Amino acid sequence: MKSKFFLLIFILYSSFLYSNEKIIEPNTIHKNLRCLVCQGQSIADSNSDFAQTIKLVVKDLVKAGKTEEEIYSFMSDKYGEWIVFKPRLNLHNSLLWFLPYIFLVFGGFFIFKIIKKDKKS
Amino acid sequence: MPKITKITIFTVLFFILGVFYLSLTRETNYNTSNLISKEVPEFKIIYFNDSNYFTNQDLKKNKYTLINFWASWCYPCKIEHPILIKLSKENKLKMVGVNFKDKSDQALQFLDSLSNPYDILLKDTKGKQSVNFGIYGIPESILVNEKSTIIKKFVGPLSIDDYREIKKVIN
Repeated sequence: MKSKFFLLIFILYSSFLYSNEKIIEPNTIHKNLRCLVCQGQSIADSNSDFAQTIKLVVKDLVKAGKTEEEIYSFMSDKYGEWIVFKPRLNLHNSLLWFLPYIFLVFGGFFIFKIIKKDKKS
Repeated sequence: MPKITKITIFTVLFFILGVFYLSLTRETNYNTSNLISKEVPEFKIIYFNDSNYFTNQDLKKNKYTLINFWASWCYPCKIEHPILIKLSKENKLKMVGVNFKDKSDQALQFLDSLSNPYDILLKDTKGKQSVNFGIYGIPESILVNEKSTIIKKFVGPLSIDDYREIKKVIN
């Protein structure tokens, strides 16, 4: 009885999480889109004419069932990669994505070497 | 100082300076290069005077089409207007004007006073259709060929040099 109860709770909770995952919050998208006519503002922060139009288009795209990724891709196609604050991984920005990991490995190796040397001496 | 430490410090400094140099010299402004040679996306813009729609299929009927986004409240649109009038005399070029976020009476008044260079007049009252063309301010113009491929996009008012460039492409 107890296990059945927990199973029911688990199923309900999973479906709740799944349904939450599918809701796209337009404001999250606005925050990740750059206002091209403003100084360092996002679409969410700006009240410019351009930002208002983009907000309307994002609303339409969300209504049409587009995913967050599809919306970013649509905007990048029209205005270039510059419009998205979080760029997609490509050849030009690969260093930006991988450099922290490279530094982590080399830094770790460097620290390990120093500690080892200290222990020896 | 051990040799390996010296090399590491030098490499890191060189790398940081390199990143700074590349970041400072990089073009961060919006540019239209990603639209050139691409096919015009599917669109549907309502005619100014009736409830029919002009679509991307209509572009294929003309050898060349210049889609110009304009509004009566836009001062640079007034500046480029003489160039549009000159371009309207070109036989191989169809002029399509998209009235952007404007009031109909003011738009008509604008065309009455400066004369109408457009063969086809459309309106995008909310500006949503213009996003399909990567428009972020007006005036902007897009030169399209009969295959509906974008040949060139002009951001800002058309200049006499742009006029010469368009003429060279269409002839």
